[in-house]
Amino acid sequence: MERILCLLHTQSDGTLSQLALETLTVSSTTAAQLPDAVLLVGILGTATQQAATQIGSCGANQFFIAEDPALEKGSYHNDTNAAEAIAKAAQATIIFAPADSRFNRMISGMAIRLNGRADTHAVAVAADNGTLTISRWYYRQRIIAQQTRQQRPWVISIESDTAAPWKGDSKTVDATTVSFAVDANTKVIGTIAPENTVQTIKPDSPLLFVAGAGWCKKQSDGQTHLLEAESLILDFVNRSGASLGSSKSLVDQNSEGEAVLGCLTHMNQVGQTGSTPRHPKGLATCCHGEEPHTVGWRFITQRRAINTDANCGWARGKTDVLYVADAFKVMKILNDLLK
Amino acid sequence: MPTFQIIVCAGIVPEPLQTLEPVENAGKYALKNEAMLPMIIDPWGMHALYEAAHLSKTYPGSKIYLVVAAPKGKLQQVMMTIAQKVPFELIAIDTPAGGFTEAYEVAKALEQAIKSIPALDMSQTLLFGGWESASRCSGATMQMLGEMLGITEQFQGVDTLTVKEDGSFEIMERVEGGLHQKSTFDKLPAVLGWATGDLPEPPNNPQIGMMNMRGIMPSIMKAKKEDLPNEGIELKSCEVPKALRETKIVDNMTEEMIANEIFTWIKKD
Repeated sequence: MERILCLLHTQSDGTLSQLALETLTVSSTTAAQLPDAVLLVGILGTATQQAATQIGSCGANQFFIAEDPALEKGSYHNDTNAAEAIAKAAQATIIFAPADSRFNRMISGMAIRLNGRADTHAVAVAADNGTLTISRWYYRQRIIAQQTRQQRPWVISIESDTAAPWKGDSKTVDATTVSFAVDANTKVIGTIAPENTVQTIKPDSPLLFVAGAGWCKKQSDGQTHLLEAESLILDFVNRSGASLGSSKSLVDQNSEGEAVLGCLTHMNQVGQTGSTPRHPKGLATCCHGEEPHTVGWRFITQRRAINTDANCGWARGKTDVLYVADAFKVMKILNDLLK
Repeated sequence: MPTFQIIVCAGIVPEPLQTLEPVENAGKYALKNEAMLPMIIDPWGMHALYEAAHLSKTYPGSKIYLVVAAPKGKLQQVMMTIAQKVPFELIAIDTPAGGFTEAYEVAKALEQAIKSIPALDMSQTLLFGGWESASRCSGATMQMLGEMLGITEQFQGVDTLTVKEDGSFEIMERVEGGLHQKSTFDKLPAVLGWATGDLPEPPNNPQIGMMNMRGIMPSIMKAKKEDLPNEGIELKSCEVPKALRETKIVDNMTEEMIANEIFTWIKKD
């Protein structure tokens, strides 16, 4: 009999994130599909009772909470101590957790403390014929595998969009409080926006705008137009609310001392060695490259590109529409329309 | 002035422009023609190495150990490209290549190698690596290794490490929304899984290369073999996703027409 623990953490306002609710859907669905499985919920953070009430009608057999002011923000030591205590109290054999930065920091370390194993970034979970399988990417979203595992506890982190967020009525629950040791060596000061990257990847944005190396190349007049390029890009991002991504080649120019756009750093990089953001729409401009660079597109549903090269490897076979045009001119008009 | 023992853990991965295709052999997966693929040090592991070099230069007397788990033959090739960049002592472990290996078993192999370092002072130890590999992409190995070594100060997605005047450390980790989480801590050891940081690739220095190579070849020769059996894990399928789209090429519209069409597309739900 599997004891399935959905391990979550509260946000600063005491609520659960959308990814947490998606993870709860995965947990409850799996518990329903595996014979004799038991669903348990563990929540760490602050205002955990409020969060437990938020999902009180999810059908869990038992709720566990670990609460302390030290858990308001995520740190490895305290989060791992709290999560370990919850998992042990729940006697969990399978643990699902959201693959956000807080749990990505500690979920595999927690597996070691439980003498278990971890598989991270699952994008699909299935329980057929009593066997739990997960799907996850290898080689930076270039190969996808379906896999299962014998060891228990099995810790699995769930990527966003793996399931619909759980929806249900709030209900007061009688949660079991779990104690754990608080450590004071690491002090979390807070979150800050990096310099020069006020505009970067914004997960909630409906649109990803990708700026490629072509923005820094010599244009038809034989000159580069970096200031104009930066102005056009930032105007578009500000007016459309888009996430700002960049190809690796453009970001690398910064490190290599070449002419660059000051608004772009490694924080903007998408693709093989950057992020693979998830947005409903994506617009790529002046990008070039082959498969490794286009993995940044992998989870963009609708894709369009503006490029002067009709045979561009970034676009052909990977975008829905390729506009063969001068992005400087198109973006200037588009920005006027967005005013 | 403090000195550090910086242990950088890294694997090797196929050079990014290579075409990757999984093949099954006796129930296990590998990359097609894996032995023939040109390899590089894992990109985020490489950033960790550059950060280690920067720290080591800033605090003279510090030492860098580069612990690499990879097939011997491939490791020799890869070392040729990085040996001229950063001074380090190589500790090689002869393991299978590839992403289809188990993070736990890799962490175990790394743990044994690190514990064999003579006179390792944990109160001076910084354990560096990439926050994920470009092969397994799990972000698990460094955390597991840290736990195995009893290190409970851990940070992932690190872009900046600053040693303060009072000897404490300030860390900037990547979190959601393009933000950094700023933390401080007082005591080593610590695990840092690096993102890209902000340091450029160091230029080649033939003198560093000559110095490194004196230790690299003997280290590779005596590398301990670890089989990494992938115990308990079964890959049921493994494939390259079918991602080809029917691209509509638009080369007969004016800039105004294109801008209007994109505007309508952006605004449409």
